[in-house]
Amino acid sequence: MLQMADILKAFKEYRGDALVVPGKSARYWTDLTTRPELDVPLTPGSAMGGRVAFAFGLALAQPDRKVVLFDSEGDLMMAFNILPSIAEQAPKNFYHFVLDNECYATTGGQPVPNAKNIAYDVIARGAGYARTFAYDNLESFQINLERIMSGPGPVFVALKIVPEIENEPIGQRKRVSTRNPEQVRQDLWKALGIAG
Amino acid sequence: MAQASEALLNPETVLAELKKNAVSHVVWLPDSETNWLYLLMKAEPSLTLVAVGREGLAFSTAAGLYFGGKTPAILIQNTGLMEAGDSLRGWALGLNLPVVLIVGYRGWTRHGVTTDTAAVYVERFLHAFGVNYYLVENDRDAPRFSLAFEEARKTRRPVTVLVGDEYHGFNR
Repeated sequence: MLQMADILKAFKEYRGDALVVPGKSARYWTDLTTRPELDVPLTPGSAMGGRVAFAFGLALAQPDRKVVLFDSEGDLMMAFNILPSIAEQAPKNFYHFVLDNECYATTGGQPVPNAKNIAYDVIARGAGYARTFAYDNLESFQINLERIMSGPGPVFVALKIVPEIENEPIGQRKRVSTRNPEQVRQDLWKALGIAG
Repeated sequence: MAQASEALLNPETVLAELKKNAVSHVVWLPDSETNWLYLLMKAEPSLTLVAVGREGLAFSTAAGLYFGGKTPAILIQNTGLMEAGDSLRGWALGLNLPVVLIVGYRGWTRHGVTTDTAAVYVERFLHAFGVNYYLVENDRDAPRFSLAFEEARKTRRPVTVLVGDEYHGFNR
């Protein structure tokens, strides 16, 4: 099992000028990032299950820049049917990491369906991703991260992580992003030179 | 003959409206009779077609395209629109997405009783979300596409075009 924070610390070295959709990993990424204008944190508020399609759309719109998504397995379970769409369009700039804690951590840790016996990398490969990987320890992940990031997308990386279960009422949880979605978009467009 | 042709919604008309409004990507799941429109769109170099397997994902895909500076449109059927309610809420209304939804109005009829519940509920659904819509039945209604695009840009909200006719040409 990997720790979410360790994954992000390892990835930071390879970020470059990639656009990052951090998802639930924003709780750590917000403190690690040096290019917040290129980060697209959109939770909460957006509908669960759509993050992978959002990042996919972003990758299609910005084909000359890497787009890195930190997805979660609960989200992905709601969106498996976007995987063939991604494979069909095959954006070479799309890097899809799935942080698999085997549970719905934000609702108290209930297991996702078939939590311990599902192989997300196999599903992605079956959908048509050319490059898929799966790791359950930090050392193997760190050794292979350069190869993952230097090769073309779409690439899919399933990572077994330690659950960080939340039981506090939602209203009492610490907000991970201080920017609302409109501010995020404006910052992004400014950084990308898109006229608003 | 001209009158008979104008009484239909020709797929060429829809494509012309997409081009006129600078649509870059059509995120879509096939409607009942969209084959001829599909072939036209596929042959149009200024458009990228992005097929999705479920309508809700069309909204988040379109949101990503918009955040990346592109101009997507969504082409789905009314059944799928209703299935995609939470995505419409979160990824379109929640992100101020100025997108036009071109929605096949399956089951709609101007005459007699509408029995298909896909048609019965769709306008009520749009009212519930506060999403404005325009009905397009034939080529004479084509300017309504541009009205929808203009309204979406101005209000930075999704706007719907309900297509109350099938796209003719499926059997050409």
